[in-house]
Amino acid sequence: MLKRLLKQNESYLAMLIVLLCVGITIVNPAFFTFENLAGFLKSYSMVGIMAVGTLFVLILGGTPDVSFTAIAQVVEYAIAVVTLRHGGNIYTVFLLAAVLGAAMGLVNGLVIHLFRVPTIIVTIATFNIYFGMLYVITAGKLINSVNPLFRGFGNYLLFPRTSPIGGTYGLALMPLLWLLTLLVGWFILRRTFLGRSVCAMGGNETAAERLGIRTMQTRLFVFGFVGLLSGVAAVVHLSIVTAVVPNIIVGHELEVIAAVVIGGASVFGGKGTLTGTFLGVLLFAILNNGLTLLGFSSYWYNVAIGVVITAAITISAYQQLRHQRNRLNVRVEP
Amino acid sequence: MEEFLRLEHIRKSFVGVQALKGVNLSLRKGEIHCLVGENGSGKSTLIKIISGVLQPDSGEIRIEGAPVGHLGSAAQTGRGVQVIYQDLSLFPNLTVAENIALAELKSRQSGLIRWAEVRRIARAAMARIKVEIDLDAEVGELPIGLQQLVAICRALTSELRLLILDEPTASLPKHDIDNLLAVVRDLQRHGIAVLFVSHKLNEVFAVAERITVLRDGESVATLPSAELTDEKLVELMTGQAIQHSRFAYAKERGRPLLGVRGLSKRRNFENVSFELCAGEIVGLTGLIGSGRTELALSLFGVSPAERGEILVEGNPVRIRSVKDAVRAGIAYVPENRLVQGLVMKRSVVENATAAVLDRLLSRLRLVDPEKKEKVATEWIRRLGIRVAHPDVAVQTLSGGNQQRVVLAKWLAAEPRILILDGPTVGIDVLAKSAIHGLVRELAGRGMGVLLITDEIPEALSNCNRILLMRAGRIRGEIPTVGLEPEELQKRVEARA
Repeated sequence: MLKRLLKQNESYLAMLIVLLCVGITIVNPAFFTFENLAGFLKSYSMVGIMAVGTLFVLILGGTPDVSFTAIAQVVEYAIAVVTLRHGGNIYTVFLLAAVLGAAMGLVNGLVIHLFRVPTIIVTIATFNIYFGMLYVITAGKLINSVNPLFRGFGNYLLFPRTSPIGGTYGLALMPLLWLLTLLVGWFILRRTFLGRSVCAMGGNETAAERLGIRTMQTRLFVFGFVGLLSGVAAVVHLSIVTAVVPNIIVGHELEVIAAVVIGGASVFGGKGTLTGTFLGVLLFAILNNGLTLLGFSSYWYNVAIGVVITAAITISAYQQLRHQRNRLNVRVEP
Repeated sequence: MEEFLRLEHIRKSFVGVQALKGVNLSLRKGEIHCLVGENGSGKSTLIKIISGVLQPDSGEIRIEGAPVGHLGSAAQTGRGVQVIYQDLSLFPNLTVAENIALAELKSRQSGLIRWAEVRRIARAAMARIKVEIDLDAEVGELPIGLQQLVAICRALTSELRLLILDEPTASLPKHDIDNLLAVVRDLQRHGIAVLFVSHKLNEVFAVAERITVLRDGESVATLPSAELTDEKLVELMTGQAIQHSRFAYAKERGRPLLGVRGLSKRRNFENVSFELCAGEIVGLTGLIGSGRTELALSLFGVSPAERGEILVEGNPVRIRSVKDAVRAGIAYVPENRLVQGLVMKRSVVENATAAVLDRLLSRLRLVDPEKKEKVATEWIRRLGIRVAHPDVAVQTLSGGNQQRVVLAKWLAAEPRILILDGPTVGIDVLAKSAIHGLVRELAGRGMGVLLITDEIPEALSNCNRILLMRAGRIRGEIPTVGLEPEELQKRVEARA
């Protein structure tokens, strides 16, 4: 049991995270405080929610989806405009965001399935269509003040505390939404036939077809789910920044994909877990926050991510190589 | 015994091609039956018709005497017909338990998964054929023999009456084949009929009661296996008799082309020495894991040896890379042509000339397409590669023709020493004898051939002498003159 645990990528990741936490805390004790932890969990909720969608796409196999940030960007703009014009409450906002996001995701899924085009190609195209259309329609105009309901949702705190310098802090709702997404994702993936179909298709799509698994429905579900989560992520993002800059979410897609891959998902499909995905995002969040607390400029964050990814893929490639070598060997008689 | 399945006058055509021209087949309950035929004889079409994936154009299918109408594949599954395809259709990323149970869970149409139930289904299926495989192991990590058992267990989760196994032994080592046959006999005791489908002669005949031979879309004969000899079967399959003549080589040894002295590579092989002369075919045989392929890879520079000496025409050469080996005049045709030997999506021309591009340059030092075409056409002609046009992708060719393209690629480099690793694995009888003829012809012209093979008859009829490898060492050099197949088989399988 212990051996199996140690073999898992997640254990390495968890150890790395613990080491980082200890290291950063030693240099700057402000890191390991409720205020700081709650803060960076909140700011990484968007990435965390998107990562769950990306995990599903990677497990399904083929190549990653890169359009989900464009979907979130479109949804964010749309809900900001709609709530300014027609009002609404947080529930209708979530509903609208989910439906709009899912619709755009379904378009991806439909094209990918019907024309058997690699996901990355289709989503590069739809990324440009969604994001391009947003600019065509809005002319890239900023929205500086949004409906106050977003600020209300964003600032709602569980366990509020007053800090010595006067402000209040506490646990925001966004990390809970992230957690909920992880739980829902886990339930679908591990406990439903649909989720197992996603894994099966990622392992061997022909075999899945022969088994009678409905591959089209399964694929549509995955891309619809990714779109839906992008919509949810857009609400989370808007509630934090309470303004719309129409190009601020796009550009995060590679970070999200990287976090999921660090978490152990295979870009060749069939492999990946929600624990790993959570740890991957957590690692990035800690790196980002830690570097700032250690006094590095935020530019170092990208370098750090790059180093982590390089190290991770080199280590796993090396392990695989060693695995293969051991297989090839002959037991030579003395 | 009672009849389970009867096919009468089954005909099926695809856009202008008549795949089946009136096939008859009868299977008894609990019978082990073999369906053999060369590639393109209509075996796969017939399997698909039996399993309900395809509908025949005409003819009658009866299961237990009742005619089966034009029903979908689900209907046939309900009658207990399951196919295990050559690729096994497993999910390498899922556990053994889940691979076995997934089909059953699918048919129950319950949306939720209970893992305890998954394990229970898997355990029950394994118990039926008395095998035990770690339920939590990932299937992709298992050896191919166990994967096959997993596939059989999956078929057992539903009511099984007829199991169709498509080329089940093609990629299995001997030990696993015995295991599989034991399982099949066990199924038979449960009254389950088994139909083996194959394009070559193999171990399966030992357990089969009857054999049906398919040729050009027709069933030419159904015979009790006891009445069939190998020669008779080949004749039925191909429509022509094949001579199994032994290779007649020069009385005197030619000049030594390749000398290997004390070659060693840690955890691969140890202290290997032998000599290969011009005009000679030397067999290299041994069980999988004996180090024979590893030795070949070292001679060809893929994984260089650590100690020892390699001499080419008497001169010591250092082989540290494939480039060194090619320069020394060594060519290697790998075991798995699909993975190592060919770029499947590229044309015959591109594949056949891949090893000699540096000799096909124009004045501008660019590759000259005309020269390429010329070399390729030359080898297509000399090797009799059946291809509509030299520019078609290699993946569209039959196995035998693909194998010849790999040969063409290396022969174009005009090697003096040719290492062939399992050159006829998985190809049909006629293509096989054509390749043997070709290899003999090459040796006749003074090439030295090292033939790595599992097949005793192949080694015996083509080689002057046979090097026997076991556990990384050469354990004997056996002249083939007067050697009986049984004797060689015994020596290959002997331990220590």
